[in-house]
Formats: sequence, C-alpha cells, structure tokens
Amino acid sequence: MASVNRVVLDILKPHQPNAVEFALAIAGHVAGGRVSVTVTAVDEKTENLEVTVEGESIDFAQLRDAINEIGGSIHSIDAVEVSAAAPSAAT
Amino acid sequence: MNWLKEVGFLLRISRSEEIARRYFVVNGFDGALTMLGLAVGFYSVGDVPPVVAFSACAGAGIALGMSGVSSAYISESAERRKALLDLEQAMAARMDGSAHGRAARLVPFVIALLNGASPLLVSLAIALPLWLASRGTQFRVDPLGISIALAFAFIFLLGAYLGRISDTFWVWSGVRAVLIAVVTAWLVTLVSP
Repeated sequence: MASVNRVVLDILKPHQPNAVEFALAIAGHVAGGRVSVTVTAVDEKTENLEVTVEGESIDFAQLRDAINEIGGSIHSIDAVEVSAAAPSAAT
Repeated sequence: MNWLKEVGFLLRISRSEEIARRYFVVNGFDGALTMLGLAVGFYSVGDVPPVVAFSACAGAGIALGMSGVSSAYISESAERRKALLDLEQAMAARMDGSAHGRAARLVPFVIALLNGASPLLVSLAIALPLWLASRGTQFRVDPLGISIALAFAFIFLLGAYLGRISDTFWVWSGVRAVLIAVVTAWLVTLVSP
C-alpha cells in the first residue's frame, strides 16, 4: 500500500499559538517525522504559513484534524510525495 | 497536572494572562481595603465581640467574591465570544471545535474564578484572627488590631507586586498602596461614632 512521505501545505492560522507551538503540536501527530514551518505573510489577526511535513507514513486525516484543532485552516495542498509499497517477492 | 497546562495554554492563545493577573490584583486590593474599612470601623466603636466582627467581615468577603465571579463571567463571556467571532471572520472558518473555541468557553470561567477567589481569600485571611478569637483563642493584643495590621500587610504586598511587574521600584509601589490604605482608614474614623 502506498504511503504519504511528504506534504507541503498552505495554512492560515491566528497569531496565537505562535509558529513554534504550532509546529510542535503538528509534530506530535507525525511519529518519527519532521515538520518545517515558514511564515509567509502576516496581517492584523492571522498569518500564512508554508508547512512541510515529512515522515515514513503520514496520516493526512490525523494531520488535518491536528491543524484544525490548534486553530489552523488548510488553504491548499501545494506538494505531495507518495511512495508506493515495494512489490512482494514472487514465490 | 495536564489540565493546568491546558488552562495556561488557553489563557495564552486568548491573550488573557494579563487580564487574569490584573483582575486578581485589583480585586485582592478591593478585598483588603474593604476588610480594613470594616476592621477600623469596629475598632473605632470598641467592644465589638469577635464573632460579630468576623461574621460581618466574612459576609462582606463572600459578597465581594460572588460579585467578582458573576461580573467577570458576564463581561468576559461577551468579550471572548466577540473575539472568537472576529477571528472566525478573519479566518473565514468556524472555530468552535478548535483550541480557540475551547478558550472562548473556558477562559471566562477561569477569569471569573480568579476574580472572585482573590477578594474572598484576602478577606478571609485578614479576618482569620477574628475567627480564632471567636473560637476562644487568646491574643495578647486586640484581634481587630491584628486584622488591621494584616490588611496593611496585604495592601503593601499587592502594591509591591504591581511594582515588580511594572518594573518600578517595588518598595515605593508598596508604600504608595499603604498610603491609600491610611487615607481610607482615616476616612472611616471620621464617620465612626
């Protein structure tokens, strides 16, 4: 079965929690993974982030719920990397 | 203590830490000044049984506590709800299920509790010598005098705390608060028989 290894998301979130807490909260749902957050725009009440999540097998539904729970909103999925499962050896 | 971390997190994301601290100090000050007024009034009259003095102080403390809880809950609920609506408009999304929605529902309770607990606890601490005296504890000095001294001590501490957080000289800030208490006590003696 194929698994998601990397997603790049365009996210809108309020100023609080800050980018560090936001990244830590997402990372808590990506076992053994890596989260990278870049703030791309700031306005009065919100900020836009480019969030890159990498891992062996990312559960996107869980990731989306974690982002919504902490107050973020996914505007777009800008990039995805998926790896297919290796074919089983013929017997 | 996960719930404590959660409460701290919700206060932080709703930027309510400052309000909570301000309410705690201001209402603690209210409680201390009210108890000072009562104690000075009873002292001026003289021969007031400790049980009467304690009942009056405890009653005033409870009323201040209830007033603090109810007024803070009503005002903070409205403010948090408005802040959430403004945020939802900026985010173009419903946020009831998010941490911000939880903050809008829970933070008013927390602030109301702090707003009510502060004057109540300060009042009960100042009235403690009166309660002990009503239970038979013997003091070398008049328990009303001890309560008055405690009131001044609390007022100094609250003033000093305000000085620390505002980065001003904490001793002067405490003394300034005590001066207010002295004026209050003097005014009470003017109206006492």
